[in-house]
Amino acid sequence: MSIVLQDVHKAFGSNQVLRGFSLEVHEGETVAIVGQSGTGKSVALKHVVGLLKPDRGEVWVDGVNLGQLAVERLNEIRRHVGYVFQFAALFDSLTIEENVGLGLRRIPEMTEKAMAERVRECLALVELEGYESRFPAELSGGQKKRAGLARAIATQPRYLLYDEPTTGLDPVTTTVINRLIMKTREELKVTTVVITHDMESAYLVADRIGMIHEGVIRFMGTPEEVRACSDPVVRGFIEGKPELLEGAG
Amino acid sequence: MKTRFLLNPFYLVGRSALDTVAQIGRWGGLAMDTLRALPQVGTWGRLLPGQMARIGVDSVPIALFIAAFTGVVMALQASYTFTGAVPLYFVGTLVGKTMILELGPVLTGLALSGRVGASIAAELGTMRVTEQIDALETMAYDPAAYLVVPRVLAGIIMFPVVVILATATGIAAGWLTSLQLLDMSTPEFMKGLRLFFLPWDVQFAVIKSLSFGLTVTSIGCFFGFTTRGGAEGVGLSTTRAVVVSSMVILVLDAFWAATLL
Repeated sequence: MSIVLQDVHKAFGSNQVLRGFSLEVHEGETVAIVGQSGTGKSVALKHVVGLLKPDRGEVWVDGVNLGQLAVERLNEIRRHVGYVFQFAALFDSLTIEENVGLGLRRIPEMTEKAMAERVRECLALVELEGYESRFPAELSGGQKKRAGLARAIATQPRYLLYDEPTTGLDPVTTTVINRLIMKTREELKVTTVVITHDMESAYLVADRIGMIHEGVIRFMGTPEEVRACSDPVVRGFIEGKPELLEGAG
Repeated sequence: MKTRFLLNPFYLVGRSALDTVAQIGRWGGLAMDTLRALPQVGTWGRLLPGQMARIGVDSVPIALFIAAFTGVVMALQASYTFTGAVPLYFVGTLVGKTMILELGPVLTGLALSGRVGASIAAELGTMRVTEQIDALETMAYDPAAYLVVPRVLAGIIMFPVVVILATATGIAAGWLTSLQLLDMSTPEFMKGLRLFFLPWDVQFAVIKSLSFGLTVTSIGCFFGFTTRGGAEGVGLSTTRAVVVSSMVILVLDAFWAATLL
C-alpha cells in the first residue's frame, strides 16, 4: 500500500472537516476523490505531504507513518511526492525555468547543466517549450497549471497529487490537462491522487473514484461502479441534484 | 445577550491581552524556526545579496531624503532657540548629537518599517494565501530558511549602513544650512560638531539600528507568515506589520537610551 489514510480527523476551530476519513491508494493506481466544495478534499490531500497533521488517525506514505517523523525525514518523503496546487502556486518572482528547477536544487548531485536539461524535458512534456524565461503573471490559467505540473514532476516523484487540476479551465484546456495527467501516469509510472469535483475528469483519469461526504469517504469504486451506484448522495452529486444530497443522511 | 457580553470592557481587554500573548508566542515560534534554519546556508546564502539590495540599497533614497530635510530643520530650529543666549556653534553640536543618537536611527527605522516591513508582510502574506509557502514545503524546503533568514539577515546587515548614510546626510544638510542661511562658517560648525562627540555615540547608533533591522524584518515576516484569507488578510497583515514594528522601534529606542547611555 503506498498511500494510506486511516480514520483521519481534522478540525479548524469548531469546524470539524474530516470525521474519520480513510483511503488506500495502491502502487501505480490513480484514485480520484470527488465531492462538493468545502467537504475536505484538499484538507485530506494536504495530510499526504504533511502540510497538515491529523488531530486523530494516521497517514502512511511509502510504509512510513508521517505522524512520527522529524522534519528532515518528512522532507525525504516529500522528495518523492509531487503536488500540483489548485492555482498552481508558482513563485511570482521566479521565471518558469526557475520555478520548475526549484525542487531540483534540493538534489545535491544535480549540476546546473543537468538541471537545465531536466527543466527543458519537463516543460516539453507539458508543451511549454519556449516559456522558460517568462514569469507566472505572463501565463494563462491553463499554462500556469501545466507549469505547476512540470514543477511537480521535475524531481521524478513516485507519487503525484493533484488538487483541483481542471477547476476554472475551459473545456479544451480541461481536456489538455486530463490528457497530461494520463500521459504523466503512463510515462512516469506514478501513483496518483486527483482531487476534483469534475466528474468527467474523474471518469477519464481514475482507476477508482471515492466520494467524500461529511468528512468521510461515502463510496469508493471504479468509474463503472460509481455510474451504477444507487446511493442518493452519490447520485445527487454526479447528477447535480442538491435535493438528493439534502434528503440523504 | 451575546452582544452585551462582547461589549463588556473586561471581556474586550482580556481578549485583547490573550491575543497579544498568543501573538508573541507565535512570533517566538517563528524566531526559533529561524534560528534553527541558520545552518542551512545552502538555501539562504544565494538569496541574501538580492535581499540586501532590496532592503538596503533600494531604501537609501527615501532614508537620505528624510535625513536631509531633518538636518535642515534641526539647524534652523537650533539657531532660532539659541539666538542671543547660546553661542551659534552649538548648532553643530545639536545637529550632530541629535542626528547620531536619535533622529538618524529612529527616523530611518520608522521610514523603513513602512517601506521594508510593509513590503515583506505583503509579499509573504500573498505567498501564504496563494499556497506558495505550502508549495515550498512540498518541495522539501524549510520556509524559514528560504524566506525568513535572508530577509532578517539582510535587515540586520543593511539597516546600520542605511542609518550611517542617513546620519551623515543629515549632518551635511545641517552644515550646508548653517553656511547658507545662518551666516556660520565651516570651522564654527565643526567646532560645535566635535564639542561633545564621543565614538561611543556611533556605536550606540549602530546597536540601535541593528535592533531596528531585526525588528522590522522579523515582524514583517511574522505577519506575512500568519496571514489568513485573501486580499483583505494581506492588507491587514501589512498594516499590522507597520504599526507593530513602529511601536516596537519606539519602545526599543527608550530601552537602549535607558540601558546604554
